[in-house]
Amino acid sequence: VQNTVQHVLLQAEDMQQQIIRETFHLVSKRDDNVCNFLEGGSLIGGSDYKLIYRHYATLYFVFCVDSSESELGILDLIQVFVETLDKCFENVCELDLIFHMDKVHYILQEVVMGGMVLETNMNEITTQVDVQNRMEKSEGGLSAAPARAVSAVKNMNLPEIPRNINIGDINIKVPSLSPF
Amino acid sequence: MSDVVEKTLTALPSLLSLDSQPGSAKLSSTSKLGNLIRGITELTSKHEEEKLIQQELASIKEQVSSPNTSMRQMKELMVRAIYCEMLGYEASFSYIHAIKLAQQGTALEKRVGYLAVSLFLNESHELLLLLVNTVLKDLQSTNLIEVCMALTVVSQMFPKDMIPAILPLVEEKLNHPKEIIRRKAVLALYKFYLIAPNQVQHIHNKFRKALCDKDPGVMTASLHIYAQMIQEKPEGYKDLAASFVAILKQVVGGKLPMDFNYHSVPAPWLQIQLLRILSLLGKNDQRYTSEIMYEVLDESLRRAEMNHNITYAILYECVKCIYTIHPKSDLLEKAAKCIGNFVLSPKINLKYLGLKALTYVVQQDPKLALQHQMTIIECLDHPDLIIKRETLELLFRITNAQNVTVIVEKMLDFLRISEDDYTTIDLVGKVAELAEKYPSECWFIETMNTVFSVGGDMMQPDIPNSFLKLLSEGFDSVEEDKKLRLFAVDSYVSLLQGEPDKLPQRFLQVISWVLGEYSYLKEELQPAAVLRLLAKLLDTKNTSSETKSWILMAMTKLCDGEAGVSVAQEVSETYSSSLDTVLRQRAHELQYLSQNPELRSKVLPRDAGLEVDSSLSFLDGFVSEALAAGAAPYKPPHQRQEELAQAKALSLEPYGLSLPISMSSCSIADRQSPTLLSISSGLSGDSTDLSLKGGSTTLKLDGVKRVWGKEGYLAQREPLEEAAAQVEVPSPLRSPSQTGEADNSHSQTPIPIPTPEPEQEKQQLASSLFVGLSSHSSVSLMGKSEPTPQRFRRKAKSPSSSLDASERISNSLVSSTSTVDNLLCDNLLDTSELAVPSPSLTSQLSQSLTTANGSFDVQLTESDVKGSSPTLVRDNGVAVPLSGLSHSEITPLCSDQSLDLSVCHVQKEEYLALVSCVCDSAVQELRSLGVAVCQYSLTVKRPSVHVEVVGMVSYQLPVGTHQSVQFSHKLPLTSFIRPLTVSTEEYGKMWLDFTNDTKQNLSLISDGQESLTATLNVLKKKLQLHVVEIIGVEGIVACRLHQDQPCLMHCRVHAGTLAVWLRSPVPDLPDCLIYHCQRALQEH
Repeated sequence: VQNTVQHVLLQAEDMQQQIIRETFHLVSKRDDNVCNFLEGGSLIGGSDYKLIYRHYATLYFVFCVDSSESELGILDLIQVFVETLDKCFENVCELDLIFHMDKVHYILQEVVMGGMVLETNMNEITTQVDVQNRMEKSEGGLSAAPARAVSAVKNMNLPEIPRNINIGDINIKVPSLSPF
Repeated sequence: MSDVVEKTLTALPSLLSLDSQPGSAKLSSTSKLGNLIRGITELTSKHEEEKLIQQELASIKEQVSSPNTSMRQMKELMVRAIYCEMLGYEASFSYIHAIKLAQQGTALEKRVGYLAVSLFLNESHELLLLLVNTVLKDLQSTNLIEVCMALTVVSQMFPKDMIPAILPLVEEKLNHPKEIIRRKAVLALYKFYLIAPNQVQHIHNKFRKALCDKDPGVMTASLHIYAQMIQEKPEGYKDLAASFVAILKQVVGGKLPMDFNYHSVPAPWLQIQLLRILSLLGKNDQRYTSEIMYEVLDESLRRAEMNHNITYAILYECVKCIYTIHPKSDLLEKAAKCIGNFVLSPKINLKYLGLKALTYVVQQDPKLALQHQMTIIECLDHPDLIIKRETLELLFRITNAQNVTVIVEKMLDFLRISEDDYTTIDLVGKVAELAEKYPSECWFIETMNTVFSVGGDMMQPDIPNSFLKLLSEGFDSVEEDKKLRLFAVDSYVSLLQGEPDKLPQRFLQVISWVLGEYSYLKEELQPAAVLRLLAKLLDTKNTSSETKSWILMAMTKLCDGEAGVSVAQEVSETYSSSLDTVLRQRAHELQYLSQNPELRSKVLPRDAGLEVDSSLSFLDGFVSEALAAGAAPYKPPHQRQEELAQAKALSLEPYGLSLPISMSSCSIADRQSPTLLSISSGLSGDSTDLSLKGGSTTLKLDGVKRVWGKEGYLAQREPLEEAAAQVEVPSPLRSPSQTGEADNSHSQTPIPIPTPEPEQEKQQLASSLFVGLSSHSSVSLMGKSEPTPQRFRRKAKSPSSSLDASERISNSLVSSTSTVDNLLCDNLLDTSELAVPSPSLTSQLSQSLTTANGSFDVQLTESDVKGSSPTLVRDNGVAVPLSGLSHSEITPLCSDQSLDLSVCHVQKEEYLALVSCVCDSAVQELRSLGVAVCQYSLTVKRPSVHVEVVGMVSYQLPVGTHQSVQFSHKLPLTSFIRPLTVSTEEYGKMWLDFTNDTKQNLSLISDGQESLTATLNVLKKKLQLHVVEIIGVEGIVACRLHQDQPCLMHCRVHAGTLAVWLRSPVPDLPDCLIYHCQRALQEH
């Protein structure tokens, strides 16, 4: 089973490609009092896949997942994603998403990577995005003092993540691989 | 928090109209992207948008190709190109520049470059090769952000062939001090595992290390890999079950930092993932693995009581897990209650999941469906189509002979209103499957008629094919067959007399075939009349040329008598000059055969059995002539592919995907069907596969049933007559007597109390839907044993039913004082010692054997053991029936203070005899040794690399205490392999019929000229294979798993290795065998 969490960012009239069009067609005609899951549809890859969506005013957030994902889990992941967007854009609105679609993608990449859920912890996601944003700001001064800024960017490291993990907390004993 | 977001978003429409609002204020007014977007929003028509974007693309194109464009400008251009692509306009000229940007830019520009690459290209795009170097460089960078970006792009897409180039670097990152890097590296390796599992075989140990990582995030990431690997091979990771349980326990117990909480639930997604892994591990489990999960599952159920979406997600996974693993009654009870809460919930998402859960468990626990029958009925009328469909799916699973008509009726109702193609195709398949399973003449034909007319031309091609096959092969009774066919002819004739031009093409094809074959059954029907009907159909302008050729073929079969011939002549004249070559061919055939009745009856005999020569041996003469004339010899597709692959220098995989060739379905109408049948149905397999296929398109439930064993609700069957009577009632809805009967038949159904009219209707519907579901009546679940009331039975074609030929065991029982070895090998029985009865073993000795591993079934026949009897038996025991056959070494299995257990096996032709000896060790001092020998015959139902037999000996000491000893014994599959003697022709025939195959390169044992022969001889000796023939560099070998489960092997020496291709009708057999071949050659 391939674990695919695709993300399609939908917005009013922006659907052109076939999948997106079909997805939009399927999702948009559903009322608010029906369930948030949609099955099948030959375009999205058959019976193993389903669409899980959330509707916020004029925006639909649609994830296409296979049977290896939990339906309700993904529904809440969308919530996490939206809350993260809200944090990163300081009160996100539709226009933010259109004009900064690249940034939206970077945030998404921290949540879902290569089709797999990478991080579900909002603080962690924002930390990673912040790091990248700081890089951007320091590059903003590039024209003033190019050489210094470049070296600053080069040497920048990720911060220690304030996670307070007590190493002793999770205790996992895993038997070593027996030779086959 | 979410409220805030929602409020913000609700306010959006007003924001959009006012440009001065904060949202747009954030944009730089000079941004070109901003201008573009603003421009687009001002447009009024699609056409204008197209024009604007084309302009934009032209300007981007000009700028990206200009040498003066700086990387910074390039970054901005890329974002614009991404935007255009998002709108659906192609900007392929920018792909190469995206790669360049990722390669040459500074970190920030790289980021845009990588993003553009990942959005523009797909996994097989050839430009990706150009990215490899960049990735390589960035993985080595000191800038962690660059490393992160490289890992991200690798986990999204990477050319399979280039994995070896970066694998060491990614592996290295597993030890990186930063957790985010380790996490991304794990996911990148997961990606590699998905696209090329062989390449990461050697780092499985490192996966284990990642699982033990001190950072929970890395551990979480590694679970993705484990979930995948466990799904593929659950038995290989049973040892990890305790670790996963330990992790889950700690997560549930709140050992993780608060940071991981979501709505005060500790790491819910992690919990969900772990529960999924546990259920994969506990599936088909024989208690041991499942037992360690019970406690934590109980704990999870208890903790997840808060009323929030995410706790329901956890609960749902818990419930599924509980029903998947080895059952435990109190957990099942709690799970059932949970499912009840889901189903009854007013929240629609939970209802949906509740139905899903019910569908999942209903085969094990049909009573649960009974409990919620009223809710299910309500869901059938739910306004949400998704809920409705899910309900039908549930009903599909509980269909039995008694309720099939009602359920099919409901499905057809849904089909008539469904607009979604996908749903239609899926549902049509299901209805056809049900109808074929419980056919009762008119109902069956009528249902299939609706299926064909509703399903139209969208349905899977195997539905009409298997329908025709069913009709032509018939059932057990000739009388019933005739009735069925006659009814079909009747209904089709009346359909054709109506408005045939509205029927879908597929249906017309079915109709014409049936009329061509069977209209003679209806004596009062003149062939000429049928011909005229068909001819009318030919003239309809909607009829496709494929259908026309079916019709012409049917006419060829029918053109009897003068009137018929004249119609045929007329038609054939019209079409013999058709532009369509197939049609022309058919027309000429029709013309010729209609004038030549003798030849016609020879070519198209009535009622003749079908014989398909799939080896095409009748072409042999033609082939040899062609070869003699200098034609190139035929190469099978895999060989051609192989050679093609060699021609490509870059491919590292020696074998590509071969085309699956399945000739099995050709038998449907080989002679009759005028179209190239084998092409359209090549992949579909024959109709006996249908139920299997149906299963795979729906919830994967195979194997679920086995957790439970066959007792319980399958125990009792209802009286035959009653059930059969119900099958014939077309609509039980209108039949009060039948409903009454149904109510009597299961006491669990709530007895309808006087209720208002609609309510009563629902009650009636409920009783007709859920009839036969209670534990007292027979339940025939999908894919399970056919119900007895079924009046038609498909002729048993497969020999698989012969499996339970279990009476072959010989019970042998011996009481002797010799040592085990002596007993088995030499039978040196000392009479004087035999006279001493064993004092401690009483007649209570019983031995039970089961197979340990859930993934394969070993059929095992038990002989009852009476323990060493005090009487003197001058019997050589085992040695008599088995003498002359070689036996394996005698392996001691286990011993305790009073017992020694040893085992050896003897390879019999049809089974493996397992001989176990129990001897009494406690009394050795007394010079008397009781020995009991038990013999079991083992056969393998589903192959696996090894077969483990576990068992328990329980015995009673004279003092009265019960004792038991457990033991297990592992046998390689090779013990069950026997040579299969076939001729090359037979081999060729079989080869085409088998669908499961595997290919691999093996090492040759020597380099000499005779290396192939030598290698095959080793395999022959070690694995008992039969070498059919060796021709030049190719050799064919055959073997079987003792019960007519053949496996064929095709070997070819190629570039110093032995390219082996195995095929078998049994899944997994080729894979298991290749493993043993490998081992045998390595050991040599």
